[in-house]
Amino acid sequence: MVSAGAVFAPAFLASAVEAIEMAVIVIGVGATRGWRWTLTGAAGGAAVLAVLVAGLGRALTVVPISSLRLVVGGLLLVFGLQWLRKGIRRVAANGLAGYQGGVHLDDDAPSPGEGFDPTAFVLAFKGVLLEGLEVAFIAVSFGATAHAFTPAIGGAVAAVVVVGAVAAASQAWVRRIPRSALQLVVGLLLTGFGTFWGAEGLGVDWPGADAAILGLLLLYATTAAIAAAVLRRRPVLTPARQP
Amino acid sequence: MTRAVLGFLRFWYGFVIGDDWTVAAAVAAGFVGTWLLLRADVNAWWLLPLVVVGITAAGLVRDHARG
Repeated sequence: MVSAGAVFAPAFLASAVEAIEMAVIVIGVGATRGWRWTLTGAAGGAAVLAVLVAGLGRALTVVPISSLRLVVGGLLLVFGLQWLRKGIRRVAANGLAGYQGGVHLDDDAPSPGEGFDPTAFVLAFKGVLLEGLEVAFIAVSFGATAHAFTPAIGGAVAAVVVVGAVAAASQAWVRRIPRSALQLVVGLLLTGFGTFWGAEGLGVDWPGADAAILGLLLLYATTAAIAAAVLRRRPVLTPARQP
Repeated sequence: MTRAVLGFLRFWYGFVIGDDWTVAAAVAAGFVGTWLLLRADVNAWWLLPLVVVGITAAGLVRDHARG
């Protein structure tokens, strides 16, 4: 019989990785699109997850996680690539702050508006559902392997609570990031996670497993920095609006 | 009825595809290419990142040319 600590610790660490991915998406989307529909989408994803976990229990592994990864990855990629391109153009034109001489230049920024924002809702919903399912899989598989479900579930829940608390505490700091920089960063994150999940859903084995996400983010950030630098030297971009 | 269905389809097209259909087409092509390579026993983890860099560069060049 494996000790409870020997199940709790790896379940905590593995779940923390997934919970961090979940938190990054929710915070990134919330900071750029507004919190109301992002948090509503996150809550919706959590509710569906709760129903699945309660309904399926240990049979949770029947959920086709590869198909889910493929769909979520594809959607994140399509959204992320468009945000990334706009983010690069905006940073090239206006610098990281997105303001020039007090005039806001965000002509084509995604505008959440007052009503329902399907982009924020769906991105947060799918992010929480997919990553939450992965956390649940970790708890079930660790628990089944060690014949110790209680510490495995405890480790997974503790990871989500700790990461969630850190994410909530960092929200105020994220709000202070200039909008142009934030859109670029969120575009990078969505594109990075979308690439990772989409390819994983198809059956790709990433070198370095989850650490490949960092490599993808580095590649895309470098590409964005080079593209912004090149565009800055050839400024045929959106002209500054007159006040 | 027809108008409602068209409206529904238009909403989802606009929501998923957005204002540039070439991005969604490139992502779909990247997925199909990766899948075909996987079927040929090639672990093509590198294909999608290449598609991402390529479609981003191509989109920026196109935006730049349009002014």
